[in-house]
Amino acid sequence: MAAYKIYFVVWGALLVLTAVTVAVSYLNLGLWNATVALAIASLKAGLVALYFMHLRHEIKLVLGFAIFPFLILGLILVGTLVDAIYRF
Amino acid sequence: MADHPNTSLPEDRGYLSEHGFRSWALTMDHKRIGVMYIWTTLGFFVVAGILALLLRLKLLVPGPALFSDHTYNVLFTMHGAMMIFLFIIPAIPSALGNFFIPLLIGCRDVAFPRLNLFSYWIFVAGIAVTVGTLAAPMDTGWTFYTPYSAQTSAAVTALSFGLFLIGMSSILTGLNFIVTIHTMRAPGMGWYRMPLFIWAMYATSVIQVLSTPVIGITFLLLAAERVFGIGFFDPAKGGDPLLFQHFFWFYSHPVVYVMILPAMGIVSEVVPVFARKPIFGYKAIAYSALAIALIGFLVWGHHMFVSGMSTVAGVIFSFLTFFVAVPTGMKIFNWIATLYKGSITFESPMLYALSFIFLFIIGGLTGLFLGALATDVHVHDTYFLVAHFHYTMMGGTVMGLFAGLHYWFPKMTGRMFNETWAKSAWWLVVSGFNVTFFPMFILGMQGMPRRYAEYPAKYQALNVVATVGSWFLALGVIIMFANFIKSLRNGPLAPDNPWRGLTLEWQTTSPPPEENFHEIPTVTDWPYGYGSRNEAPRE
Repeated sequence: MAAYKIYFVVWGALLVLTAVTVAVSYLNLGLWNATVALAIASLKAGLVALYFMHLRHEIKLVLGFAIFPFLILGLILVGTLVDAIYRF
Repeated sequence: MADHPNTSLPEDRGYLSEHGFRSWALTMDHKRIGVMYIWTTLGFFVVAGILALLLRLKLLVPGPALFSDHTYNVLFTMHGAMMIFLFIIPAIPSALGNFFIPLLIGCRDVAFPRLNLFSYWIFVAGIAVTVGTLAAPMDTGWTFYTPYSAQTSAAVTALSFGLFLIGMSSILTGLNFIVTIHTMRAPGMGWYRMPLFIWAMYATSVIQVLSTPVIGITFLLLAAERVFGIGFFDPAKGGDPLLFQHFFWFYSHPVVYVMILPAMGIVSEVVPVFARKPIFGYKAIAYSALAIALIGFLVWGHHMFVSGMSTVAGVIFSFLTFFVAVPTGMKIFNWIATLYKGSITFESPMLYALSFIFLFIIGGLTGLFLGALATDVHVHDTYFLVAHFHYTMMGGTVMGLFAGLHYWFPKMTGRMFNETWAKSAWWLVVSGFNVTFFPMFILGMQGMPRRYAEYPAKYQALNVVATVGSWFLALGVIIMFANFIKSLRNGPLAPDNPWRGLTLEWQTTSPPPEENFHEIPTVTDWPYGYGSRNEAPRE
């Protein structure tokens, strides 16, 4: 049972964060609404990847493979924004 | 080879020993899966090639001829979509890559053989859906630009589902190769002892895994817009049609390197073997493959210079585009340096590899014309562009594929092809190719737009030249395939190492046994030590 303890803790954290998401949705933060929701969602995704998907215990190479796609995501965001922001 | 070549069926046919539908359809042998990919992709090369011949035939005359304008639009859409998605993307990676990655790194199969078979069948499922859309054929061009693709009654949703499946196959194949190359190399084969084809396939797989999901999501968004009316791309609903182009080219530009990098890998294998010299600049060629893969992700906006994208973005993308030429140029200089003072022989694989270098220089450099913002405004959507990408894709990738098919035919089939016929085919293919596509550079500079079914009469002369060229090209391809098929049945038996290659696939039998090697080889050196004094003499 003890070996599974961390999974229950993470599960609990995910439930709490879900509750936080719901609670925050009642507040009107203007532009920050989406930012806060995305931040909490990212935190949750990070917990799932690190613990449930064992990323925390993987070798650095695997960790690198998991992180690298975020650079690609960054590229597509920057590239499209350079167009969208400067368009007349 | 002996004067009276032995053409009778040998007792041991290696991995080809088993017969029957089930032995192929349910196989987990990477070689058999590779062979199935070869047949499938070459089949679509023939179909899409016939469509191209029909298009060229119609363009013999400036006015209406043969078929309606709508049919013309459908035909060039199908030609493009089939050539890109069903032939050229999987043709080298999935087909030759599947067959030769395990052989070149000295292992018994890919890391996930069952996943490999799944990748093939999901590819076939995607083809079935794609071909099914011919019931309401597409006329959008292979790029499916919105808003037209979001509004037309053609089967866009079904087609995007088909291409989604094909993309899935591409991702899984790339994943399989990455893991295979990381974990399955023969004892002693460090990264710098890997053949350059493996480096090229590694870079290719990285692009496949990272960029293909983007087109998958784009197709889902397009389907959601068409089916549920959600406004991702429709400006009336707050969407942005250019967003589609950003997403589309974020995949489709890196994917041109999925097409070209493996061909470059084949050229890097063939050139040192037939020049009998160690490859020049091994690390430069290896790392330039990775550099092309990475820089390839930074340049997609150069497809959108005249589409209404911001000028700032245009300038940035134009600037970045020039960087791709650097690693490509490095490879070309390294191949030429490898040839320098080599003992070059001109067997058919080498002829195709040299054609690759020659034609790809033209294709690559004209790409810089198009990457330059100001010139592109002038030649965008003209035949100049059509000529450019046919020089890179057909003059580049397809020549690399043909080089690979000739180079590895003895290993794959256990039989030799007829070299005289192969050379005649090469003459026709290369001369026909240039006669077909070089006039298009001139037509484009003169302003002939692409994709139009009709054109002003003043362009007719060069169009006639191009159409006649396409017949020679087709004749060359027919002779090449006929040579292959005839040799499959009764070509002379191939020795294990007909070209005196040093990579591991030549150390096993032709054709290889079911698990590739009777004993896994141990690697003690890089595979390019050609031209040493104790080298075996030519047969």
